[in-house]
Order: sequence, then structure tokens, then C-alpha cells
Amino acid sequence: MSTVLRFMRGQGVLVALLLLILFGAWRYDNFLGSFNILSFLRYNSMFAFIAFGMCFVIMTGGIDLSVGSTAAMSSVIAAYLSPHGLLPSLMAGAGAGLAVGMLNGILLTRLNILPFIVTLASMLAASGTGLLIAGNKSIGVSYESGFTEIGQGDIFGFPIPAWIVVFVFLFGSITLNFLPFGRNVLAIGGGEDAARLMGLPVDRVKFTVYSLSGLMAGLAGVQLAAQFGAGQPTEGVGWELFAIASVVVGGTLLSGGVGSVGASLSGVLLLGLVFNILNFENGMGLVSLRAHWQSILRGAFLLIVVIVQSRLALRARQRMQSS
Amino acid sequence: MAALNKSADAFEFKLPSVSWFSRYGNIVALVILILFNLLFTPNFATWQTLNINLTQVSTILIVAIGMTVVIGSGGIDLSVGSLMAIAGAIAPLIFLNNIVQLPNIYVGVALAFTIPVLLAGLFGLFNGWLITRYKVQPIVATLILFIAGRGIAQSFTDSNQVIFTTPEFQFIGLGRLFGIPVQVIIMCVIVATAVWSVGRTIFGKHLLAVGGNEAAARLAGIQVDRIKRRVYFISGICSGIAGLIVIARNSAADSNLVGLGVELDAIAAVAVGGTLLTGGRANVLGTLMGALIIQLVRFTLLANGVPDAAALVVKAGLIVLAVWLQRRVSA
Amino acid sequence: MSNLSPLLRMEAIDKHFNGVAALTKADFQIARGEVHALVGQNGAGKSTMIKILTGAYRKDSGEITFDGKRVEFASPEEAQNSGIATIYQEINLIPYRSVAENIFLGHAPQQFGFLDWSRMNHEAKELLRRFDIRIDVREPLFAYNTAIQQMVAIARAVSFKAKLVIMDEPTSSLADHEVDTLYGVISQLRDAGLSVVFVSHKLDELYKVCDRVTVMRDGHTIATSEMTKITKLELVAAMLGRDIQTVRREGQTSFYGTSHVTDYTLIKAKRLQAGTKVKDVSLAVRAGEIVGLAGLLGSGRTEVAKAIFGADQIDAGTITVAGNPVRFREPIDAINLGIGFCSEDRKVEGIIPEMSVRDNLTLAILPRLTRSGIVDEVRQREIVNRFIKRLGIKTSGPEQKIKELSGGNQQKVLLARWLCMEPRLIILDEPTRGIDVGGKADIQMLIRELADAGLGVLMISSELEEIIEGCDHAFVLRDGRTVADLQRDALSEIAVMTAMAQGESTLDGRFE
Repeated sequence: MSTVLRFMRGQGVLVALLLLILFGAWRYDNFLGSFNILSFLRYNSMFAFIAFGMCFVIMTGGIDLSVGSTAAMSSVIAAYLSPHGLLPSLMAGAGAGLAVGMLNGILLTRLNILPFIVTLASMLAASGTGLLIAGNKSIGVSYESGFTEIGQGDIFGFPIPAWIVVFVFLFGSITLNFLPFGRNVLAIGGGEDAARLMGLPVDRVKFTVYSLSGLMAGLAGVQLAAQFGAGQPTEGVGWELFAIASVVVGGTLLSGGVGSVGASLSGVLLLGLVFNILNFENGMGLVSLRAHWQSILRGAFLLIVVIVQSRLALRARQRMQSS
Repeated sequence: MAALNKSADAFEFKLPSVSWFSRYGNIVALVILILFNLLFTPNFATWQTLNINLTQVSTILIVAIGMTVVIGSGGIDLSVGSLMAIAGAIAPLIFLNNIVQLPNIYVGVALAFTIPVLLAGLFGLFNGWLITRYKVQPIVATLILFIAGRGIAQSFTDSNQVIFTTPEFQFIGLGRLFGIPVQVIIMCVIVATAVWSVGRTIFGKHLLAVGGNEAAARLAGIQVDRIKRRVYFISGICSGIAGLIVIARNSAADSNLVGLGVELDAIAAVAVGGTLLTGGRANVLGTLMGALIIQLVRFTLLANGVPDAAALVVKAGLIVLAVWLQRRVSA
Repeated sequence: MSNLSPLLRMEAIDKHFNGVAALTKADFQIARGEVHALVGQNGAGKSTMIKILTGAYRKDSGEITFDGKRVEFASPEEAQNSGIATIYQEINLIPYRSVAENIFLGHAPQQFGFLDWSRMNHEAKELLRRFDIRIDVREPLFAYNTAIQQMVAIARAVSFKAKLVIMDEPTSSLADHEVDTLYGVISQLRDAGLSVVFVSHKLDELYKVCDRVTVMRDGHTIATSEMTKITKLELVAAMLGRDIQTVRREGQTSFYGTSHVTDYTLIKAKRLQAGTKVKDVSLAVRAGEIVGLAGLLGSGRTEVAKAIFGADQIDAGTITVAGNPVRFREPIDAINLGIGFCSEDRKVEGIIPEMSVRDNLTLAILPRLTRSGIVDEVRQREIVNRFIKRLGIKTSGPEQKIKELSGGNQQKVLLARWLCMEPRLIILDEPTRGIDVGGKADIQMLIRELADAGLGVLMISSELEEIIEGCDHAFVLRDGRTVADLQRDALSEIAVMTAMAQGESTLDGRFE
């Protein structure tokens, strides 16, 4: 039955995703064209990374508000180091994100402060740090060093960032289902006190999960710099909430304990598709849908998913009480 | 030996313990900040400086008061910024006669004061409805309007900025009564009302009970759902008022910018002010101090040449420090 | 039992919480291959001892020797790894995860670092089969009832190759045949050389399965004896700290006096059905009457009380108050008709921790003290002071935060919350639980006084003495059904316990 439940949860998003794709394919030319698909995947890879980290954090019952600012800060650092080549800037950007994540993890577990507050604070700190390093302006990247390859390049015709996303999500899914660490994550979200009493290394898992989230944000920041040619300290606003929305749309419960990495990816794709479709709609010139409709539609999606989830949760709770 | 101990006692200087700091830390911080500025910042002790600081803090504080009440009841409201934008987008449409031609400017202004605020309150009720009817978690429920609300605001003006010069309306942002800026007066009235409500009315007691132990509150006969919906309504109203003040002050309504980031500033003020984010306490005066401290820190840094970005880092450190100290008190 | 050195020795353990002593020089010893009972009233220190042993708390002083080595567990993980497993009363497992995973969480079988699900499922199935449980171990834990969940918890302990298994009130949610299965499991464990600490307040069970017993009271270890060498009465006397002769003579509670039951029926519930726990319950309370609601844990008493009070929905059946049929949708409906409800779990459903004693006490009566939204603080203070004095609530003042009060005093505040409303009927769910002997006496006498003054009382209690000595009338529930309606003369320990253990629902027609 648990597999059925899990299936159903992932199903819902997939069905919606498919419907949207079908709608787009029917209505717009070039929607299924390689250019659109590939550039869509390339662009949304940034959000996919962040959603991946956020998914793990949420599964432990926590939240990470700092990912957007961390990405922005990492993009600046990566941009600065871009003249030295791909590897140094990648390591620096991802490392900066990792550092923020680890700081979150330490404050969270040692000082016992709510994740909401700790990550709120680090969001401000990362944003400020990014602005300071960049001197309040965008930092252009160097095109000679091959840095931009990681964002703009292809392997076998498929965007590199998309490859990385695929590997990361595959790895994440395997971890969640087949590695003790992954099961611990789910156990903690399902009942932290029980998990502690069962002898699970709760603090260590939480620390790892937040570090991972920071690392993902760092990667996203590197992508931001590589894809758009500049490190932008003012970007990243609202990214964390977009990631939360994707994870929730994908069926992971915000209270933790239940979740799916693949479903979160579907959530990212779904919300990203809304933007994509709007662009096409505008391109058709029939109706001029402004950018603000994107927000309204995304909000509407979230609303529908949330109501459906609440209905399912209510039914599950009733079943739990009756046993 | 005994003689030695005695003389040691005589010179003992007792440092305040950590728990003392936790209780009075805010006042101490405020005093330190003010002293520091008096000494090092030119022109600090002027009406003008006071004016600047109070007006800058007023909108955030008004929103933070609403936020305090919501958090006290055990919830949170991420939609406040978007609600500010909505209120700020609709008001000019009313008094500029863009929707309907009104007899005179005073009617327009009066309507522009009431309708947007009520509308923001209604959106707040929407949040409350989601939370009570569908048992959606407050973060997620208010996230919906956070995302969609700004889009709604933008749709009223097509994301365009609306510039106006309407002194009758802008009175609330730029005017003064007896030398005090109107928005500061409004802020004081709201603070006073909130303090009194939380402390002396049955609504205040009920909301603290709901935030403190919802199951117990229900068993004691409290209408939990009604209370919850009401606090989100209040938060919406506060956001609406704040939105009006912002556009009045700027003589412009830019739905892309109004209220951007205000939810985090409000939550920070509440947290620094001593209200637990888990609910059960609603320290309105604490929020006032929290907002003032954050504002003063920012001002101090700016006035002494430190870039705004650094102020963000300092704000972050402040929040962690304040919350950590409070947890040691309640533990 | 073997002659080797004891498996566990806890000596002179001290533990304080905020300056209040929970344990004072407490001792506990258990041999290898022994089933040892640990008994005591609530607050005696049993849970604290257990939590120190399992690494959830740290002791202030004393020595613990386990399996020949001095130990000091800093975390449950350490205790578990050393061979001590605990089965808690509240199932401390993860409901969303599967049965197999719950058993093996933290030490799952692996293949090249990856979890071997098929082996995990297979081994889990085997473990449970030894206990005569055949279920699909891949299903999530919440799909199964509490009894099965408890067996899963025990299976987990066994899978950890524990040497010592601590069971905290393990039979509280079990039906008869399930309890027998548990006894079988415990015997298996003992035969395999494990030792079991059996914490329970159900004395009859102890005599069935335990070898020795240790009695604790007020944080001290009072006595240790072989089960065969101590009678039930002696046990109770040791637990209560009363002289045997006194207990025999005066009864075990402070419910004295004669009753003043009237003929006026305050509330009557007929064939109530609510949720899954309440299947067919009928009862009635008259003014001046103390009605007891007895039954094993899990028999649905609290659920009945909540349904009557309007906190839970009723699916079938009727309730009449003073002759008029009613339908309560929310507690406020019941409150408006003069009914009060003091719930069982103070922390979860009773106190508002951050609020003062004053605000907690007047929480329910606030609407009556309010005019145009404003609370009349003068009247509020007057009520609070009156009840602090009347109930003897020990507090530094009405403004003190309620979370700083002791459990007993918190309970008094909660009681006062309802008493100040001057209700006609008050429902009390375990009113003396977790309160020391002195406090218990206070409350019992108070309840008697109130009934004498005309109040109707419906009292849920797990302490047989309270039911038998304190009530004018008792209903016994078993598995969500009323199985006995015992008036004063018929109210005896045997009658109640027989009904709890074996009663059939015999009320059709007899109860009008």
C-alpha cells in the first residue's frame, strides 16, 4: 500500500506535467522543438539543483530559506574566479555554497534554533556578503577560460547542466531508497524524537542535509554565472520559495517524513513550464499575457496542489487513527 | 585563608549573567546604539534624524505588528509584501478616477483609504480560510499569495509605475500633525491598539491560548478557527495600511517594488523583539524595539560609511543572537 | 535465573530537575535471564530511572554497571549499541516507514553499502513469525494497530541482540489474547538468556510473568522481593507508603463521607458511537452523584468523554441533558449547558504553558468576565485568588507562568478552570494522575465535597481504588462498549475487574 501511495503522489504531478506538455505541443509550433526543450532544460537546471537540496531538507521536517541568496553569492564568487578556468571557479562557487550550508547546519544543531530563523539569517548574510564582494554590481565572467562551458555547453547534443541534474537526481533517488543515510532522512522527518530514541544520528543527518542544500545552491550559482555571463548579487530573490513550491507540488509533505526526489523534479518542470507556455502564448501575439500572469498561474497551481494534498492528508490521518 | 576570601569578596564585580541579558538585552542594545550614535554620528541628536528613522521604520513596524499577532496565534504570514503591493496598486486607480469618475477628490481619497485596506484584509481572510478549512500549513498557505499576489497587483497596472501628485492622499505619507509625521502617528496608534488588545481584551487572551496550546484552547471553549481567520484579517489590514503609506511617501506606486522583502524584515523584527516563532506569545512592544534596533543598526552603519550590504550581514547576526538569547530564557 | 553477577546494577542514583529531586539514592538490580517488575505510583521515579538507564537523561550521581562494566550512556544510541533496548508506552517508531524498516532502522542489512531490501523484508518476516505474527512487512507501520506496533517494537529490540529489554506499560493497549502472546514472547526472551524490566501498574500481570519486583516511591527504592514472597496488598501498601493495617481498614483513597445522590438525571448517553473507539456506550449521571468510568487503557473512556463534551463528533446514539436531547458540535456548546471537562493529558490538552496561572485558570470563564470585549481584571483576580486558596494551589502568585508549577498544582489550576464556571456536570479524566499522595488526597476530598453540594461528576480513573471507594455508581467499558453498570452495593474490585477482563455487553434492554 505504501508503494501505491507513493505512486499516486508522484502520479499526480506527472499527469499534470503530461497534460501541460500535450497542451503546449498542440497549441504552439516549435514547442517540442529541440531548441525550446534544450533551452528550457538548461535554464531550469538551476532551480532543479536548489529544489533537490530543498527536498532533502524538507523531508527532515526543516526548511532552508537561504538558498536563493547563497546562489547569488556563489555566482559572484564563481564569476570572479572564472579567468582561472572552469575547475577553480566551480570549486569556489560550490564551496562557498557548501560553507553557508554547513554554517546553517552547525547553528541549527548546536544552538537549537528553528531552521526558519537560522536560514532566514543566513539568507540575509549571504545576500549581504554577495553584494559586498561584488561591490553592488554584476561581475562579468571570462569567456576565454572555458568557464562558461559548464553552463552553455553540450555533450552529445544535451546541455551539460541538464546532464548534471540527471546524475544528481538519480544519485539522490538511489540514496533515498537504498542508502541508510536516505532512510535516516525520512525517519527523522517522520518523527524526530522517535528517531533519536531509536538511536539514529539525528544531528549528523541534519547537518549533512543542510550542507547538501548549500552545496546545491552553490552549484546553482555557478550555473547562473556560466549561463548568463555574469555573477549577479541581486539575483536569487524568491528562488527558495520557488523551490519550496516545486517540492510541495511534487507531493513532498512540508511536515517531513514523506517525499520523492523524482517528484520534486517534476514539480520544478511543472512550474517552469508555466513560464515557458506563457512566453509562447505571448509569442503568438493573439493575447498579450504579461509576465505577472506567470506569478498568478504559479500561485494557482500551488493552491490546487495544496488543497488536493490536504484532502489526501486528511484521509491518511483518519486511516492512521482507525488502526 | 578566611581572610583572603573575605578581601576577594570585597572586590567582587558581578557581571550580568546571560539570562539577565536575555531579558533586558533589547533595551541595552537600544541604549548602546543611541549612545554610540550620539558620540560618533554627526547630527544625530536632531529632529531631522529622529524623523528619518521613525519614518523609515514605520511601514515595517506596522506590518510587523500584524505579523506579531499572527505569529502569536501560532501561524506566519508570508503574503504581507504582496498585499502591500495590491493595496498600493489599487489606491491610485481610485483617487485618480481611473476606475470611476468620482464627484470630488475627497471622496476619492476617502475611498482610496478604505477600499484597498479592506481588500487586503479580505485577502488575509483568504489565507485564514485556507488554513482553517483545509488545514494547510500557514507557510504554504501564505506562500500562495506571496507568489500570486504580486502578480495580481501588477495586473492592475500592467506592471507599470503610476506616478502622481495628490497632496490630499499623500498626506498620510508626507504630511505632519503638530510637527509629527502622520505615518508615525498612525504607527503609534496601531502599536497602542495592539498592546492594549493583546493584554486586555478577550480576543488577545484567546489568540495567545490558541498559539500556546491549540488543543487546550479548543477544549476550553475557544473558537479556534474564528480566531485564526481574524488574525490573518488583521495582518492583511496592517499590510494594506503600510502599502498606502509607502506609495504616498514615494508619490509613486510601483507594484514591482512595493513591499518587496518586507515579510522577512517583519519576521526579523518580531524575532528580535522576543516573540517566539512557535506561538503563544505576542510581545508587541518587543516588536517595536526589535524594529527600532534593526533600523538603528542599519542607520548607524550607513551614517558611518558602511555599505548597505554589510548591514544585511549584521542584521543576520543580530537575529541569530537575539533568538539564541531568548531561547536560553525560555528553556 | 543464574548465579552469575547481575546483568545490571544501578546504585545510589540521584537526579534533579530544576531543583526538585526526582531520584534520591535509588537502586535497581537485575540478574541475567530474569523478568523483573518495576512498580510505583506516578511520580515514583520509575520513568526517570529508565530514561537514565537508556541514555535519554544523565544522572547527577551514582553508578551504573552493565554486563560487568561501568557505563554512562550519553545517548539512546549508545545504550542501544551496548545491548539495552526499550519498548516505550507510546510507540516510538516511525509511522510512515514500513514494518521491516522500523525493525531494522539504523542497522539494516546491506549489500556493498546499499540497503538489501529483500533480505531486510525476509528477516523481518522471520522475526515476527517467531512471535506468531504474520503480516506484510512492507506495509507502513500506521496501517497496523497498536498491538502489532508494539510487537514490531519488541522485534526491533530482539534484532539488536539486546541483552536487556525494558518494557514500559507494554500491555496498555493490548487485548487479552495479545497479552498472552506477549507473555509468550517474554518467556522466549528469558529462555534465550535476556533479561526484561517490566514496568506496569497492572499488578495481576506482574504475578503472571515476573520473577522479582522492585517498588519505588517518591524517588526512592523502597523494597525488592521475589514475586512469590510478597502479596498484592503488601505491594500496594509499599507503593502508597501506607501501613497494611491502615490500608485494610480505611481503604486506599481519601473518598470519605456518605453520598448525596439525588434523583435528578443531569445527563444520559444512549448507544453512543463515535469514531473507531466508541462502539456502543451508554451511561448516566445524576446530580450529586460521582459516576466512575472504568476500563483498561484503550477501552475508549477518554473518547467517550470527548464525544460527550463535543470535542469529537458522534456518529450514532443520543445524549440528553436534563431531559432535553442535544447535539454538541464544539466544546463551547457543552460548556454553555453547564458541562466542564478536565482532560487527561495536562501538557497536550490542558495548560497553556507560557500563560500565567491567572490566565490559565480563567481561560474558560473569560466570556463571562468580559464586557464589550474587555476583560474585567478585578473580577478575574478575585476569582483566581479565591480558588488558589480553596484548592491550596502552591504558586508564587497568580502571575507565575503555569509551566513552572509542579504537575499536581497544574492539575489543580486546570480543575479550578472548570470549577469556577460553577458547572452542573464535570467530566474528569484521570484527575489524580501524576500527583503525589498528598495532592491526590486533596483532590479526592474536593471531588467528594463538590458532589455533596450537588455537582454531578463523571470520573475516569485507572486506579481501581478510586472507582470503588469514590464512586456511587460505575460503568465499565471494554473495547468501546459498556459492559457493566454497577451501583454502590455491587461495586467491588472483583466485579469491576471481572467486567474489564471478560464482560460482555449485557445492557440491551436493561438500561433505559
